[in-house]
Amino acid sequence: MKLQSESRVHERYLRHSKKFPNVWCAGCGIGIVLGTIIRAVDDLQLEKNDVAMISGIGCTGRMPVYVDFNTMHTTHGRALAFATGLKMVKPDMKVIVVMGDGDALAIGGNHFIHAARRNIGLTAIVVNNVAYGMTGGQHSPTTPQDVKTATTPYGHIEQQFPIAELAATAGASFVARSTVYHVRELESYIAQAISKEGFALVEAVSYCHTTLGRINRWGTAPDMMRKLKDQSVTFKRAKTMSEEEKKDKIVRGIFAQRDIPEYTRRYDEIIAQAQEEIG
Amino acid sequence: MTARLMQGDEACAEGAIAAGCRFFAGYPITPATEIAETLSRRLPQVGGKFIQMEDEIASIAAVIGASVGGAKAMTATSGPGFSLMQENIGYAAMTEIPCVIVDVQRLGPSTGRPTSPSQGDVMQARWGTHGDHPIIALSPSSVREAFDLTIQAFNFAERYRTPVILLMDELIGHMRERIALPPPGTLDLEQRLNTRVPPEWYKPFENFPDGPNVNVPPLVPFGEGYRYHLTGLHHDELGYPTNRPDEIQPWLERIFRKIDRALSDILLYDIEGLENAETLVIAYGGLARSARHAVKEARERGRRVGFLRLKTIWPFAEEVVEHAASRLHRVVVPELNRGQLALEVERVVGRHKVRRVTRADGEMIQPAEIVAAIEDLERAV
Repeated sequence: MKLQSESRVHERYLRHSKKFPNVWCAGCGIGIVLGTIIRAVDDLQLEKNDVAMISGIGCTGRMPVYVDFNTMHTTHGRALAFATGLKMVKPDMKVIVVMGDGDALAIGGNHFIHAARRNIGLTAIVVNNVAYGMTGGQHSPTTPQDVKTATTPYGHIEQQFPIAELAATAGASFVARSTVYHVRELESYIAQAISKEGFALVEAVSYCHTTLGRINRWGTAPDMMRKLKDQSVTFKRAKTMSEEEKKDKIVRGIFAQRDIPEYTRRYDEIIAQAQEEIG
Repeated sequence: MTARLMQGDEACAEGAIAAGCRFFAGYPITPATEIAETLSRRLPQVGGKFIQMEDEIASIAAVIGASVGGAKAMTATSGPGFSLMQENIGYAAMTEIPCVIVDVQRLGPSTGRPTSPSQGDVMQARWGTHGDHPIIALSPSSVREAFDLTIQAFNFAERYRTPVILLMDELIGHMRERIALPPPGTLDLEQRLNTRVPPEWYKPFENFPDGPNVNVPPLVPFGEGYRYHLTGLHHDELGYPTNRPDEIQPWLERIFRKIDRALSDILLYDIEGLENAETLVIAYGGLARSARHAVKEARERGRRVGFLRLKTIWPFAEEVVEHAASRLHRVVVPELNRGQLALEVERVVGRHKVRRVTRADGEMIQPAEIVAAIEDLERAV
């Protein structure tokens, strides 16, 4: 019963003029994230005209083309910067920015921290598959140490960027992390992120069975789901664990939730001040 | 408005305000910083928005995003920042998003000499981004013209749905002249073409291959009920990605056609003294001032010299140059680079006719050097 009504929700938000199937591999978590975004938008009863979805390059970058919003597939790493311009001239629009981990944290790392610092009202959703999927499984800023990738055949020696912690430190209003296994939780985080006035980040961990899964013999798509389930702990639980125990764990939960003035609202005050000064 | 002393960068910023620009994103860089500073103060006064981004890549990206939201939008930079912007300028060309990119040229390559004039970005303005695409680039020769051509750049950007580059140079950017600006109501301003069709019929990249028009499909801002897709991938008329050559080729032909069929509107230049001329001097930007002086001086010395000053650098005024130079044996092209636009002149009139006068060490070319080149050619005949 529930499943049937959900597919009807999806049908209302997917583009019928766009030829399916989509570009993602069978078993990929990106479709799950898209589903959660659609349900969150539906739950919040947002008008499709008032929603924009903006992406960069990569597997996640292909997400906007399928949904019936105002959509823009931009250049690699720059989605947040494009979205910043749009949000400034359309402050009432809900601007959702979907990125992969390489897109958001490597080539787009600078834009990521500055969008958070500026606290501009964008909803950033990073699908973290800890690798570059579209180009065949090279290491990304979130690849765990020792993992083998297409460009670290002897194992990965760099440290991981913790996406959620980074956004929280950089000044975001709302930060949460979940996985594509924990769909209901993810959906709730995305709905909260969209509702938040300032910069909001949701990290959705979703392993890629086609690339890293194959290279490291992690198994099939269902095995990836089991891995997400087994590896993850709640924020609350993590607090009771030692650093050693937390190693290799995915900590799920809300990392930041604060009320700080949003950038475009602050800019409206600047306009009022400038206009008052010239009389 | 009464006349006042104004800097070129400031005139550019005022031109943007007058043109209806209501969004600017930029990053500080000599010698373009004054444009950002002026607009950070002026834009909020007129209800517009200014943002200083984390780098030039983000600046042009924000400008494109703002334009998609319906605002006339601009960024300003110099050589190093212009290099960083190139990928997203290609995105604007691919998605046909109107925007204005000001490049106040300084001596390069690399950090070069930041406070010295240069015309070293002529070819970068044309071919800086990868792939085939048309582009419009304008170059002012005075403070007043920095104002006028900024307005013109916005008009072209909106009329032809394309990025437009304003190639200023450090000389014009930092020079002060006493100018009077036209009253606001007297300007001819282009507004973005809106569609007449309902959302379900709207095609953001519609192509009428056989029409007599220049074929610019209207661009509806996001949020007005026309939900469509933009992508840097090659796309069909609805904006969806395509790999089909039979969809890519017509698009490519259209984006070139919309510029090629409008050359009579886009090509701006001054030409004078062509009657009985033996030599033609072609110049542009700040250096055209030196060239104009040289032409005057050469004439006083009895030389018959025609003068063509290009305001539109790209597309290159092929037919204008070809026609002007057809009866002449000599064309002198002074440039503050190693001869970038001279390559185009040579392509059109033949290499043997062209004498380059170049300098790329950060100093201006003196009128006497151009006069010497004119006379040297005289003797050579």
